[in-house]
Amino acid sequence: MNSFPFIEYLLPLIFLAFVGATIGGALLAVLTQWIIRSVCGLAMASVGLAGMFYFLNSPFLAMIHILIYIGAVCITIVFAIMLAEPDEPDAQEQASSLPWTLGAGVVAGALFLGLAWLGLTADWPTPVVTGDGSVESIGIALLTTQSLALEIIAVVLLVSILGALAIARRGRHKA
Amino acid sequence: MNPLDLHQTPSAYLILAALLLAIGLFGLLKRRTLVGMLISGELIFGAAMLNLMTVTRFFAPDPAIGQVFILFIMGLSAAEVAIALSIVIAVYRNYKSIQTRELSEMKG
Repeated sequence: MNSFPFIEYLLPLIFLAFVGATIGGALLAVLTQWIIRSVCGLAMASVGLAGMFYFLNSPFLAMIHILIYIGAVCITIVFAIMLAEPDEPDAQEQASSLPWTLGAGVVAGALFLGLAWLGLTADWPTPVVTGDGSVESIGIALLTTQSLALEIIAVVLLVSILGALAIARRGRHKA
Repeated sequence: MNPLDLHQTPSAYLILAALLLAIGLFGLLKRRTLVGMLISGELIFGAAMLNLMTVTRFFAPDPAIGQVFILFIMGLSAAEVAIALSIVIAVYRNYKSIQTRELSEMKG
């Protein structure tokens, strides 16, 4: 049937690569001491998440995710890093906070185990699928049934831009 | 369950989302600077989006509605980053530092 050998392993391999990018990027974003590497980890995790969206039948959201997260969020954070100097405290000071780190790890691990157990054992429904989830149906939903979401997000973005301008402007003349 | 069908099992995505949330929470508790905490918050946003997308893909009647909701979350997170970074810049201007240890007084 397929002339190329191991073709059935290709899709799971790509999936595992995206999962690895997500987990590795997230760990890099959290654990490294230099904040610029942390931003690189966030970008890597965003690539992995975009791959997840692609596997979940939504190439549109995968594109938008890369556009917003890598193109806008990471670049903006890099600008803030250039303006402030936000490196983590040195290792000597970090060593004194080892109990705090251990506590954070315990809390995060308990949360992960609980949520994973819930996700595995929950009684999920299997409804009758009515739509196809295509870009066309997303556009129709945005402009008809879900138009309030579009309006609200427009207002939120406008207010946030105005607020960011107002906050960043204050103190410039004083300093 | 066939391991080759891992990309079609909802449990894999749900566990990955839980792991992302846990890593983000760990970073939020561990980080000592505002920008580091902001990055961890973005990871938590990503976990929420992956969770919603999984439920939309496997357990919802109309897949378009959930995607609209995820667009909403992306807009919210972009707005959050803009506000938070402008606050970071303003704090740095006042304190010459954005380590949370030194930001213990409110009067500026």
